Order: sequence, then C-alpha cells, then structure tokens
Amino acid sequence: MPHSVSPGESPSHSDNDEVIPDAPQTNPPSNVSENKEPENTENEASNDNLADLLFDEDDDDEFPASSAPGTKDSDTAMPDAVDSAASQPAKVDTDTMLAFYQRLFPFRYLFQWLNHGIIPSPDFGNREFALTLQNDAYLRYQSYPTADLFRKDILRMNPSRFEIGPVYNTNPRDRKTLRGGQMKPISKELVFDIDLTDYDDIRSCCEKANICAKCWQFVIMAMKVVDTALRDDFGFEHIMWVYSGRRGVHAWVCDPRARSLPDDRRRAIAGYLDVLRGGAQSGKRVNMKRPLHPHLSRSLDILKPYFAQTILVDQDTFVSSEQAQRLLTLLSDKSLNEALRKKWESSPDRPSASKWADIDALANTGKGGTLNPATRRDAQDIILEYTYPRLDSEVSKKMIHLLKSPFVIHPGTGRVCVPIDARKAEEFDPLSVPTVTQLLAEIDAYDAENPSTGAGTDAVEGEGSVPNESDARGSRRMQDYEKTSLKPYIDYFRSFIAGLLKEDRGGKRERSEDTTEVKTESMEF
Amino acid sequence: MIRQDFHKIDPKRRATLDHKKKQFATPIFKQQDYSHRLNFYEVPPTAEITLEQFEQWAIDRLRILAEIEACSYRNKSPAETEVHITPLLQKYLPLSSNTSSSLGAADQRLKNERQKDHYSHFILRLAFSATEDLRRRFARAETMLFRFRFQKDDSRERRAFIESLNLDWEPVSDEERRELSEHLVNATPGLRRVDEESWYKVDWERVPELVEKRSVFLYRGKAYVPGREQLSMIIAEFTARLERALELTSRALPRLDEDDRLTPILNHLSKNFGSAESVYSEGEGFVDGAPITASSIDHLSQHFPLCMRSLHMSLRKNNHLKHYGRLQYTLFLKGIGLSLEECILFWRQSFKGFTDDEFNSRYKYNVRHAYGDVGGDSNRRGRGYPPYSCQKILSDSNPGVGQTHGCPYRHFSVDNLIGLLQSTGVNDRDLLRGVREDVEKTRYHIACNRVFEWAHKGDIKRVKEDGSWNQTDLDTIVHPNTYFKRSYLLKQAGKPQRNA
Repeated sequence: MPHSVSPGESPSHSDNDEVIPDAPQTNPPSNVSENKEPENTENEASNDNLADLLFDEDDDDEFPASSAPGTKDSDTAMPDAVDSAASQPAKVDTDTMLAFYQRLFPFRYLFQWLNHGIIPSPDFGNREFALTLQNDAYLRYQSYPTADLFRKDILRMNPSRFEIGPVYNTNPRDRKTLRGGQMKPISKELVFDIDLTDYDDIRSCCEKANICAKCWQFVIMAMKVVDTALRDDFGFEHIMWVYSGRRGVHAWVCDPRARSLPDDRRRAIAGYLDVLRGGAQSGKRVNMKRPLHPHLSRSLDILKPYFAQTILVDQDTFVSSEQAQRLLTLLSDKSLNEALRKKWESSPDRPSASKWADIDALANTGKGGTLNPATRRDAQDIILEYTYPRLDSEVSKKMIHLLKSPFVIHPGTGRVCVPIDARKAEEFDPLSVPTVTQLLAEIDAYDAENPSTGAGTDAVEGEGSVPNESDARGSRRMQDYEKTSLKPYIDYFRSFIAGLLKEDRGGKRERSEDTTEVKTESMEF
Repeated sequence: MIRQDFHKIDPKRRATLDHKKKQFATPIFKQQDYSHRLNFYEVPPTAEITLEQFEQWAIDRLRILAEIEACSYRNKSPAETEVHITPLLQKYLPLSSNTSSSLGAADQRLKNERQKDHYSHFILRLAFSATEDLRRRFARAETMLFRFRFQKDDSRERRAFIESLNLDWEPVSDEERRELSEHLVNATPGLRRVDEESWYKVDWERVPELVEKRSVFLYRGKAYVPGREQLSMIIAEFTARLERALELTSRALPRLDEDDRLTPILNHLSKNFGSAESVYSEGEGFVDGAPITASSIDHLSQHFPLCMRSLHMSLRKNNHLKHYGRLQYTLFLKGIGLSLEECILFWRQSFKGFTDDEFNSRYKYNVRHAYGDVGGDSNRRGRGYPPYSCQKILSDSNPGVGQTHGCPYRHFSVDNLIGLLQSTGVNDRDLLRGVREDVEKTRYHIACNRVFEWAHKGDIKRVKEDGSWNQTDLDTIVHPNTYFKRSYLLKQAGKPQRNA
C-alpha cells in the first residue's frame, strides 16, 4: 500500500528502528503504514545513514571502527559502551544530551554561521558533518539541506558530539554515486588547534587531560600570538576562538578568503606560525635566524611578560634539576654554562626567577657589563621555546580535516564548547564554563521562578529553529538559552555571525539583490 | 593535430574564425613565433609534425624529466642536479638563448629547439594527465625543469620574458618603503639595504613558499616581496597554471580514445614514467626463509636502519608510539614480511599499558588499514600503502612535540643523533666525524649508508672478493627495507661459511 517507500528500501527501513533506539521521543515507530507519507524525507535520510553504518569504511583511518557497526551489533554494543564509560565519572547520559539538543543547542545560529546567509545555500547543504553516536560509532559524510532538517536529525541520532568538515562540490551523501575522486572539498574555515597536552614537558602543575588556571595561561598567550598574527599579517578579521571543552581551544578563521584557501596555502600559514621544530630528541627546538622576523619580534614582545609571570613564577619551571639541566643545554656559552651549573648545584631548590636572573648576572660579569649577543639570542630563543604557541599544525594543513563543532558538549567533562572573545581572552575561565547539567538546572530554576513565561514552552520545542516564529506572536517568547548562563556565549556567537554575514553579503550584493530584503527582515540581531 | 579542448580558452581561433562558419572553414592558426627562450606553455601547438617526431620528442623530454625526478629522489642538491642534468639537456632538449645566435630569435635553429620544447611539453601533458598521481609528478618535474632553465637564463632575456607574462604586481611606493624599512630588512633574509631593491606588494597567497619559510614581510594580507624573489613567484605561477591546465586536459582526454595512432604512444609514455619512482617494488624487502614473527622483531632490530631502530627503542622504552611513528614502523614491518596477524600481535604486546579494549578500539584499525585489510576499495585492492622510502620519510613534515617518526639523521639534533648512534654500538670516531659532516651538508643518505658500510665492512669486503655480490647489489641504499634486507643477507651469508 504505502508507495512512498520503494520496495527495496523496506527491509532496511525496518532495521532502521533498531539503529536508533535512543531517540524514541522524536521518531515514533514508523511501521504504522499511514504514518509514512509525511515522514518521507526523514526516511530517506535515515536510509542513508543506515547505508553509512553498514558500508562506510573508507577514509576514516584516523578513527577506530572497532564497533563494526552492523545494525544488530549496535544494540548489543551499546551496553558495552556505557559500561566502559561508567568508569569515567563525568560522562553525560543520553537523556541529558537529548535535552540539551532540544532546548539549548543553537542550531539556527550554527546554520547561519556555516550557511553565510539565511536562505539555505550549498555552503550549508554540501557541508560534511561527522557524528559520533552514543555507541561510539562514527558516521561521516552527513549533510543537511536546512537548519530544521539538521536539528531533526541531530535530535534523532542524539550524537555524543559532532564535527564539522569541508563544503564539497557536491552533496557528500551522494558520494557513492560518483566515480572515485569526483567529490572534492572546495572550502572550509581555516582552523587551528591548541592543546595543553603539547605543553606537558614544560607545565609543572598538571598533566594529560587536567588543567588549572595556571596552565590555562599557556592557552591565553597562544591565542594572543596567533590571533594577532592572523589579523595583522594575514589580514583576517573573522576569527572565532572556541573552547574545546577540556584542555584546549580551536580557532575558526571564517573570512571568505580563508575559507577557500587550498591545502598548500594552509600549509604555508601553518609553517609561518610554526616555530618549535622537532620532537623530544631534537635538542634546541627554537633556532631563529637573526634579525628576528617581525612576526617573531612582535610575538616575543607579547610573550615576555607571560614568560616572566607564568614560566618563572607560576609554573616555576626551572626549579627541578632536570628542567634546569635542560635550560643549560639551551645556552651555548660553555663557560657561562659551567658557572651556572656550579651555582645551581650548590643550591638545588633555587626558584626559576632567581635562576633566570643568574644567567643575566653571570653573563654580565663575564663580559664588561652587557649581555653578549650570543647569550641574548639564546635567551630570546628560550623564551620562545617555553611560551610560543604549540600548534597541532596537521589540523590546519588540510581542508578535509574535521573539527568539533562549537556548542557541542565535551563528553568527558560535560562542558559546552563555547566561543571565547579573543579581545577578552584573559577573562575566560575554562573551569567556570557551564556544564550541561548545570544549564538544564538553570532552566528549571528560571521556570520555577517565572511560571508564566515557562508555561507554553513544552509545546514548541527548543530554541525555535523556525525563523520568524517568535515574531508571529506579539511579544517575543523567551528562548531557553536566555534563561541560562549560556546566554552571553550565544550572544557573542550571534554578533560574530552578524559581522561575518555583513561581509559575505557585501561581496554577494550584485548577484542577489532581490534576496537581501528577505535577509534583513529575518535577521533579528 | 592535438585536439585541445576547443570550447575552452582558445585564443588562436577566436581572432581568426567566425563562429558561424566554424564547421566549414579550415582553421587558420596563429603560428607561434617563440620570441623568448622560456615558455609558460599557455598556447597549445597547432602546426603539423610527423608521428616519428611526435614520439621522439616526447621520449627525449621524458628522459630529462625522469632524470630530474631521480635526482630529487636521491636527495641531490641543486648544484649536483645541475651538473648531472646539463649535459643531458644539451643532448636531448637543447634550448639556446637569443644571444647565442647573431640573428636572435629569428634564427631557424632556435625556432626548431623551441618548437621541440613546446611540442614535447604538450605531448607529455596528454600522456600524464590521466591520473592524479601522474599529474602531480609531471607538474613537479616540469616545474623543476622550468626553474632550472629560468635560473640559467640571461638576465636581460629573463626580464623581457617576465614582462611578457603580464603579472599584476603592485609596486611599493618609496614613501611606504621608507616607513616599513625596518620590518622589510628584518623579514627578508640576505638583504643589505632596502633601497637597493624594487619592492612589490602581492597577495600573500601568491608566494606560499616565502610565507612558509617566514622570509617575507606580511601586512594585512599583502606580502612585500623584493624584486629578486621573483623566481619564487614565477615558479608558483607556473605550477599553478600547469596544474590547472592538466586538470582541463584530463577532462578532454576521453576524446582521444578514437585515435589509434596517438593513444598507444601516449600509454606507452606514461608507463615509462612510472618506473622512475618505484625503486621499491612490492615484496622486495622480503627475505626468504627468515623467521619473521612478532617475537623475533627484537632480535631482528639489530638489522634495522637507524630510523626504525630509534622507533623500536622508543616503543620499548615508552610502550607507546604516536600515530605517525606507528604508521612508519608498521609499514616497514609489513615490508620486511611480518604478516598482519603477527603485526597486530606485535603492537598488542608492545602497548603494555593498554587494555585489550583500548587497543582494539584505538590502534588495531590503523594497523589493519596499513595492511589494506580494511578501508576503501582502492586501499584494499592496493593492499594498503607501500612502506615509506627514505625520500618519503625525509620530505615529510618534521616530527612535532613528542613524536618520534622521521629520519634521525635529518630530524635529530647532531648531538642527539651521535648519542643515538653510540647507543646502538657505533663508536668509531672517524665514522662519527664523517656522519657529522654529512649531516651538516644535508647528505642524510650518505650518512646512513656510511654507517651501514662501517657496520658491515667485513661482510661487504668478503662478498666483493668472492664475487657473490656485484656492484648493483651494493648500490646506495634509498629505502629502509633495502637496508634491512641487505644487512640481514650479509650477516646470513657470513654464517654458513663459518659453519662449513
């Protein structure tokens, strides 16, 4: 009877219900035949997903596919995943996650950000999303034509997180129908990734996944240096920094010029910004030519105060004899080296600041009052080695690299990946970023205090991804995020998008004169 | 005769043909006058040549490109490459400057040379546009050839050539130059005085090489390039245009299918080019009869080249390797004949701090992928990727913080390298001095081979004397798996004799 579904699809369709057992609220059992007609689009979407679950194994070598996602397995695999996760204390449970997507996640703004306008365009439609499901299965090449369908699918799949990839020349879901190599990425934001684990050899306060206010300073100085270089040297303006949820930050450079950079130009930027060379075995990792390139002398000026405070005082990096030893190997002057070694061995617990001052003092006594140029250079190199941003440059080099979306939840900490205003980077405290449970509690608390406004919200789900919906009523209905401490972050995101859209629209004006009117009225910032 | 995609840019026809009469008119082409020695190969050739010329010219050019590629593959310096290539170029593909003849560009000999250069380039374009890989290699080799010729060109002619290209470079005004002079000096290495140069402002995207090396001043998206860096910009432009053109050619290729005169020649040509890089063929590293299992790796590691040995040592020390280290090592192990099952076992045993679940979910897939056990169709059909050659290991990006892959000769500081060598039992003072010198001159291959020859000097002497190995068997090693195989065989060859 139901001809809306072709015969070939029906077997996989019945499997479909097994794949998505954790989203029953939004996806009522669709084997009731009358229901099928209106759900058509969603069925198609889920069939695609299913095909991906079964057959999608290429190109994901970065990611373990151990969960061998057969449909039957995914049911049985789920308890396993939960079990192993139980050992991690802060694991966010699936219901909380779903509530977050329903009530708080800013789908509409995310759409506007990636779509570069209000009218759905290929910029969004051909954009790859990669979903990590609750059972750790990994779905690549998802794409959505509109913000609504995007939201619907996220609610249905309830992923523990999702990542954003490039815009392709065609819809990524159609890739199987194309001959090999036909699908090509054509644009993506230029991204950077800074992760505190890369600082493990020089941070004394924490290691691995842990962070504190002291080592967060490394991230702040890195943001300052990179942000300044991107703006002043490369002329980029729309740079959004996003907290990665645990121990690092991502930068999204969204200027149209940055989005269309081919890989070799991305590599050039990464190389330009990359100063620390070599792994643990390479000895001195900063060896700059003199005179210093303007980018480096500027960075050095930015970093000097941080070196004095963070490295010498807060971290007290050189207090241990190992680290002091390493410091000595970075100084090329042999006699100075010897003198320092003697001095430090006699007083093992000498703090870093004094040790640093010793270098100054001893070097000066050696040669008539002034620091000799070689030692001065070494000192500059050392400052750079200990404070210059340690970028994970592989992330920046490839257009196809996937990066976690802003505003998703970090599954380990439960914190939201919120954007950071780089102009006020110092004020950002990663440990006070709201967690998902906290946010949901805030909504409840607000609704309890203001029962009248909260009454109608159950009927209309979430933050209302339908444009103009709020305008339809006389007074604007308050959205859930506005009741929480997520509001300032979303407000910042909105203002960022507004700036970006202004530029994008400026460029497109000739072509889409007629659409600008629609855009301005539906944009309510 | 070579039908370029005619609905694309076709500057020669546009001027002379009325499009309405197109299908009946005999096309009249603008003949190329080759007023410059160098050529950006913008306009395809249109005159007729014989089939013999077609083939011969292509083969001659191919020979040059293959040699150029081989030089870069052997890590030769530009100067060494020049010495190697110059006589070959003179023989197969001469290209003289205008000043070499009293008639200048009008001389028929120069015209012929330039015609051959022009035509052979386009023939090879056809032959090498078929696959992504061939296109990339062709563009690289052509770029190197162009760079080589550009540098050798007479400076006046070079200027004339550049002017003929019409690149939009915005000159920097004197005032701006004075304002920025300090930055310009600091940013541009090897520059003595700012006023000596003429400066240009270009979008930074046009000089990625300079940006990557951080040797140009950037301000608000513009790169301030001194006149002498034109080379870099011209080269970038050349590569970009060639890559674009190759892409277009590949789309037009199917139309050649019906031509049974050219297609066989072209196929033949592209096959020949294929052999240049595949010094390592599959299974070459396998050693017959050697018991290679997960448990024998520790013992065998004495035969490993330093890069793999260092990976093995840090694996044993940390019970972990980062991604690229694992990849480099896994592929090497695959190359020496370790089976997939044994390889998984090897990694499982080596990663001591991990549970089976963690290992299976995080690491197993990568190993299987490297063997082509999983992954996309092409990966499986090709049985994973080939083991990395020295060239690949040397040219890949530097290892970052905490990473251990790469070539110790290239990526370690000299002191750490010497330390590592000593820890593997290489103590000979003269040898270490030699290694130091090689590394300073960036001759990493030589350093590695020097260590090899030192470590096996007795065996090498013996096999040379009894004639069981000839010179090609002892050629310079350019692949880690060759290193292993040769080292292993030399030691084995020694044993039976002692037993007998």
